[in-house]
Amino acid sequence: MFKFARFIAVLNARNREFWRDRAAMSWNLIFPLLLILGLSLVFSDENPAQYKVAIVGATEIPEPLEKIKYIDYVLYDEQSNALQKLQYHQIDFLINWSASSYALNNNSPKGYLAAKIFESSLHGFTPIEVSGRAIRYVDWVIPGVLGMNTMFSCLFGVGYVIVRYRKSGVLKRLNATPLTAFEFVLAQVASRFFIVVSISVLVFLLTWWAIDFLVLGSLGLLLLILLLGTLSLISLGLMVASKSSSEELTGGLLNVASWPMIILSGVWFSLEGAPQWLQYIAQIFPLTHMVSAARDVMIDGATFRDIAYHIIALAVMSGLFLIISALAFSWGKQR
Amino acid sequence: MTDALIVHQLFKQYGQLTAVDNISFSVKRGSCFGLLGPNGAGKTTTLEMIEGIVSPDSGDIDYPLLNKGQSLQQHIGIQFQETALQDHIKVKETLNLFANLYNDTSNISELISLCSLQDFLDQDTKKLSGGQRQRLLLALALLHNPELVFLDEPTTGLDPQSRRNFWTLVKRIKEQGKTLILTTHYMDEAQQLCDEIVVIDRGKIIEQGKPEDLLNQHFSGTIIRIKNHNGIKGLLPSNTTFLEDQGLLEFSTSAVEDDIKSIVNAGISLEGLSIHRPNLEDLFIKLTGHQLRS
Repeated sequence: MFKFARFIAVLNARNREFWRDRAAMSWNLIFPLLLILGLSLVFSDENPAQYKVAIVGATEIPEPLEKIKYIDYVLYDEQSNALQKLQYHQIDFLINWSASSYALNNNSPKGYLAAKIFESSLHGFTPIEVSGRAIRYVDWVIPGVLGMNTMFSCLFGVGYVIVRYRKSGVLKRLNATPLTAFEFVLAQVASRFFIVVSISVLVFLLTWWAIDFLVLGSLGLLLLILLLGTLSLISLGLMVASKSSSEELTGGLLNVASWPMIILSGVWFSLEGAPQWLQYIAQIFPLTHMVSAARDVMIDGATFRDIAYHIIALAVMSGLFLIISALAFSWGKQR
Repeated sequence: MTDALIVHQLFKQYGQLTAVDNISFSVKRGSCFGLLGPNGAGKTTTLEMIEGIVSPDSGDIDYPLLNKGQSLQQHIGIQFQETALQDHIKVKETLNLFANLYNDTSNISELISLCSLQDFLDQDTKKLSGGQRQRLLLALALLHNPELVFLDEPTTGLDPQSRRNFWTLVKRIKEQGKTLILTTHYMDEAQQLCDEIVVIDRGKIIEQGKPEDLLNQHFSGTIIRIKNHNGIKGLLPSNTTFLEDQGLLEFSTSAVEDDIKSIVNAGISLEGLSIHRPNLEDLFIKLTGHQLRS
């Protein structure tokens, strides 16, 4: 039977341990700040690699353009879609072949250079007005970076701690008391949840102040995304750590869980244009939903309705992972 | 006297290894019962099955004093051999944490004085000395006022003084009427604390009874140990049994003076001579033919 007093007792003990562990504490704060500082420096400059150019109003790449080397062309049906990509720095230059017009993002040095390259081929073309607040790459990438930081803090914060408890016998001792697995698991989740949410909010506010990234949508909605995203990622970490007493094995499993998310969850680059099956796979990761939802709210001003799909996905994953963790949870070392 | 624990035909295998091989014994209420044996004998596995942490492959465990509606965790208190406490948590906080898990904080101040914890209540549990740590772990095992208390090698790794302090503490707990079950590989500890013992080797019970009874049963008087010399055996009564170990000859006798005189008169050197009352260590060596802590 669930006893609130037992849950609170374990929660308090874990919170104390975390706040008193100065080294881990400062690392949890300093690392994300360093990461964001580094990123803002790197991305204020330029993007390496070739130019990505959108073609609107053509079924194939027009012959005069095809001859120009080192250009990656992407065909779009709708000019508005392509314009949005241009704003997000996902493409460098836009050519509407049928309307004889072109567009570039004035915040993009690559856009400027691309325009120079196409100058002779686009004789007589007229520029399209790009309206709205300019979006820098950093605006696009910030939700991903903050989400990734949250992910690491959730997965490793809860996973390693439990494996360490199991290995050193802390769990064995607790198991000899009336404490239930569910009470213990819930207390660990709650403790980490408050820590991660507090730190993430702090990092968000500090970064916002330092880089002044774009936030078009509601802050309340962003908080909801953070809460659910954090819950689902902590539960995932818990699930990975539900049995093992080997730090090496769990470290490996946590890496297996986190690296595909870093690559496929749209932290650094959009998966649009990637094969459809890969995009489907990406949907199984909580981070995908967290980052997509946050990005939609921050740079498109999306409402709750727009991101309801992601919210539901995160809630379902949280519930599922938590139930599996509580059922699979083992107090002792495996013989 | 009523029994506090009855164990019948307990059996546990880990893969090919038979850790506990059909062990049966019973423990009297208010007594201190010792499970003795070398490392790997099966003591801890036996204990963990009784504690409900490991389930036996076969056999029965009965707790006659367990009340209806009481959980096993409420009935027993455990001091584990290998256990860690959370880092960065103070002694007082650890006591509070565990008391809350049992929903009973009434015992804390009494246990602080019983286990002499008052001098380091505000210390991080990580920074405790071995003796302090064992006293805290014992207090944790007693927080919910259990009927049965398990002590799994409680003084392993402690210095001699801390061990003696711990024994005093265990005796005080015994005086409160608790039933204690102790595993140890220190024979002096078992002799000091236990009313009854079983000796386990390779998963089987090889002897059981009261320490004094067992010693009287296996030894007649005093043990003499002396540097081995060919002539000695012929000087002593023919029914004497000898044990030869690392150049030393060992035998028990009820006529110490006569035996020593015979050896001196034969002109044999008394080099390496030691005379002592037999203890459980001697019993163990006699029973198994090997040292307890090998």
